[in-house]
Amino acid sequence: MTVARADFPLLAAQPSLIYLDSAATSQKPRVVLDAIRGYYETVNANPHRGAYKLSGAATDAYHGARREIARFLGAADTDTLIFTRGTTEAINLLATAWGHAHVHRGDRVVVTRLEHHANFVPWQQLARAVGAEFRVCELTPDGRVDLDQLRALVTANTRVVAFGHVSNALGTINDVAEIVAIAHAAGAVAFCDGAQGAPHLRVGFDALGVDAYAFSGHKMLGPMGMGGVIVRRRLLEAMPPYQFGGDMIEFVFDGDSTWNTLPHKFEAGTPNVEGAVGLAAAVRYLDGLGMDAVRAHEVSLTRYALEQLHAIDGLHVFGPAAAEARSGVVSFTLEDIHPHDLSTMLDVDGICVRAGHHCAQPLMRALHVAATVRASFYVYNTLADVDALVGSLRRAKARFGR
Amino acid sequence: MSAELDELYQSIILDHNRRPRNFRVMDDAHVHAEGKNPLCGDQLTIWLKFDGGVISDVSFQGSGCAISKASASLMTAAIKGKTRDEAEQLFTKFHGVVTGAHPEDAESMGSLKALSGVSRFPLRVKCASLAWHAMHAALAQDGGLADAATSEGTGVDEPVSTE
Repeated sequence: MTVARADFPLLAAQPSLIYLDSAATSQKPRVVLDAIRGYYETVNANPHRGAYKLSGAATDAYHGARREIARFLGAADTDTLIFTRGTTEAINLLATAWGHAHVHRGDRVVVTRLEHHANFVPWQQLARAVGAEFRVCELTPDGRVDLDQLRALVTANTRVVAFGHVSNALGTINDVAEIVAIAHAAGAVAFCDGAQGAPHLRVGFDALGVDAYAFSGHKMLGPMGMGGVIVRRRLLEAMPPYQFGGDMIEFVFDGDSTWNTLPHKFEAGTPNVEGAVGLAAAVRYLDGLGMDAVRAHEVSLTRYALEQLHAIDGLHVFGPAAAEARSGVVSFTLEDIHPHDLSTMLDVDGICVRAGHHCAQPLMRALHVAATVRASFYVYNTLADVDALVGSLRRAKARFGR
Repeated sequence: MSAELDELYQSIILDHNRRPRNFRVMDDAHVHAEGKNPLCGDQLTIWLKFDGGVISDVSFQGSGCAISKASASLMTAAIKGKTRDEAEQLFTKFHGVVTGAHPEDAESMGSLKALSGVSRFPLRVKCASLAWHAMHAALAQDGGLADAATSEGTGVDEPVSTE
């Protein structure tokens, strides 16, 4: 697979920039930027509001985008895709609307040691609020969810198992089918944080078996502030609304109100139409590349990166050994050089990596590190980018070894 | 090798990172304060002991990047034997140099001048200042400078970007 750097205006404008932080946010192709501009220049109006043609066109643009994004993620029931600001808001929606209706004192909530704060704190706080028990499933030494421990943790009083499709900090790809089977066997729901899954893997929601799948558009070539969650219809219909206001109501009486149909019941206020239109353009672009080709490209970059990084003395890579077992994320430390010092030295060479706890403090504690350096790859990265990273790390090591 | 990195990671900085001075817990300290930078997980504690109006002993412990550790180490050496006011004045001067606001003051800071390269890396000013904010907070606890904590509006727990 070859992706022209010219497709990405920021990368085209900065030819020497080596962007290795796509797990934080991806760069945006021109087609996405053009779609957003095109929406405002030709279709902009408030959807669902006016009886005039332009508002109808905006409504069509919004729901057309929903159809395309739902299809890309493998969900046949388009209206069970609820748009949110991103994964964080999507999980808060689940923890608040579903959680407070279904999790009670004495129940159990289970997450894993791999979780991003966005899929940890909402469940932790839900459990605290209702007096439920919050349990964290630990990992195997190579950074995978310990499924034996999970089987033991998911008891009959467990209401939800919340887990990431792919770890943002280690790149581990979780065994979704097995985790879902464990949850369902105990009568719990399985909610999947797909922020790091949807950009890199074919999701296939309907076949995946999860009860909800949350994602962020900005990590998959789309604009910031746009994401969503696909939820099983029977759960959505039984859930109370998350936020109240315009668009989500059916009738408002003085004493009470009734709710709109799906998806509107969970989308209060004027929707983010530019975000939906931009994200639809992003998934068209990804479809054009083919998600199998995207995955193959990342595996080849990751395999090469793991080989090259292992050749640096004193460099320690966290997570599964095989490139096939991870997405395009490589998290590491180099001797006792602090990740922030490494990041500064790489930055001087034009290399953008993340240094820190990756919003996964519970995981960092378990790994006994305060921080790691994380390089993450996407469609526009090349083997030459990996070579640049490795060269820069060797220079950094030499500088600190003086 | 990049000139700006040569300036940032001078050998004195790398040396204080590897072998930090006054790196110990002080059991008989009069005051102590913690500095935290959640963004990078850096965390350190500063201990101060006074003899009259003078800082008679100072130590620190914690973990952090080379810049924060070297800055803490150099700071302990620089403020030992100084009065509270002198230590605060040195912080103000140091801050002006590492932020690039007053580069001309670098020459009069002694060994601390080695940290002036930080001014080329605005994202690292927080690292260089961490120990100083903690020292400032510790001094403020000492009563003599009861208003010091608010004088600059930069307490150690100032919220920073935390991912």
